[in-house]
Amino acid sequence: MPNAIESVSGNGQVSTEVAEPRIVGFFCTWCTYLAADLAGTSRIKYAPNVRVIRVMCSGRIDPQFVLDAFAHGADGVLIGGCHPGDCHYQQGNYNCLRRARLLKRVLEQFGIEEERFRLEWISAAEGDRVRVVIDDMVEKLRKLGPLQLKRGPALVRGGSGEQVPQEVGV
Amino acid sequence: MTREKPKIAFYWCASCGGCEEAVVDVAEQILDVVAAADIVFWPVALDFKRSDVEQMPDGSILATFLNGAIRTSEQEEMAGLLRRKSKYLVAFGSCSHLGGIPGLANFFTRESILQAVYFDAPTTENPDRVMPGLPLNDRHGELTLPYFSDRVRSLDQVVEVDYYVPGCPPQPKIVTRAVLTLLGEHPPTKGSVLAPDEALCTECPRKDSKPDKIALKAFRRPQEIQIDETQCLLAQGLLCLGPATRAGCEARCVEGNMPCTGCCGAPGRVREQGAKALSAIASLIDSQDESEIDQILATIPDPAGTFYRYSLPASLIHNKRGV
Repeated sequence: MPNAIESVSGNGQVSTEVAEPRIVGFFCTWCTYLAADLAGTSRIKYAPNVRVIRVMCSGRIDPQFVLDAFAHGADGVLIGGCHPGDCHYQQGNYNCLRRARLLKRVLEQFGIEEERFRLEWISAAEGDRVRVVIDDMVEKLRKLGPLQLKRGPALVRGGSGEQVPQEVGV
Repeated sequence: MTREKPKIAFYWCASCGGCEEAVVDVAEQILDVVAAADIVFWPVALDFKRSDVEQMPDGSILATFLNGAIRTSEQEEMAGLLRRKSKYLVAFGSCSHLGGIPGLANFFTRESILQAVYFDAPTTENPDRVMPGLPLNDRHGELTLPYFSDRVRSLDQVVEVDYYVPGCPPQPKIVTRAVLTLLGEHPPTKGSVLAPDEALCTECPRKDSKPDKIALKAFRRPQEIQIDETQCLLAQGLLCLGPATRAGCEARCVEGNMPCTGCCGAPGRVREQGAKALSAIASLIDSQDESEIDQILATIPDPAGTFYRYSLPASLIHNKRGV
């Protein structure tokens, strides 16, 4: 099993378990977040691997958020926004698209596979689409296995302005 | 009785030597510095040895200005030694501050770098396949080379740093101001970057020519176009990183009609310069169609190398996966 990890429990027993992919989802409040709500109220079942963060617009998603998620142990990042032409703020989803296309190339140069970063347009009416996308992404990430970025160097930055998150090993 | 002058030191690690040049560029103002302080260690100009530093009491140097990133075990040791001996340790220049140009090596594994340098480079002739790392026994005993570590780190990833002087290399005005500030009565808050905390565009001589909205159908490299010497470089399609770069250099590159490459790092509110530059550049694209956006982006040949040119080790991901 390529994505199996070994963990040592408190009593020293070594157990092998399948590493469940951890996905951070950034969903826009007008469309995809409502779609996820609809999926919930419609009792649609989908993989529980996504931690959803609600943002006002997909255009608000700074590429720093995506990299921060990967740096903190996410195996995948999913962005959900309104369909083209449907953005509550007219242009936000197009800006998100432009950034995402460029970020995808940068991630590739960092050795992060393209399946790990996904942008989907899901409207408030498409509750079932949430299920399809998440289940599919989880499936693909299971095949890829954990991201396992190497633990970053110990950061000793001192001082005021800079908040440096401690690295979290995957 | 005259008061003893404060002591300052300069040192270099993984760097090109440009930062040493920057100290010399301070020119006659260096006399102000010399009048105010004694330089006790500066390998590039003065004949003091590591053993001289080791004999100094801990904390006896007021400020050490260390340039260069940290790659080898020797650099790490010297950073630790100078940290102990200094009241203030100042990361001087892009490499020390963020990892700098040597930090781009974090896109490659240690093994592939050694392979390229010792065997594959067209200018390399190494029939005996000599590699570094073998101890050598001679009349001095066993000699070894410093260990070449797997990644490049910025200075603050190795030891605690008090201040940062940005730039590749730092501009003389910033250097003089930084030195005199540290010698003064009121040192700045620990962790400060000793340069203005705003984007370069605010001090760019061409800022008035920047249109309210820039919409680009292609990005251009400087050699591909005749660059207008008066107009905003971004509006001309050049990848100018001014919007995501800290001010302080007075837009020297723009004055030379070249786009900003981002050497001063990001302003304080930005965690990661690369991502922020990427974000700023991508939003200039004049298209809503995915395949057309990709075509426009294809005119940026090396996005990661462009946006992380000086800051890869200090970025959120630090290095290519697996390095």
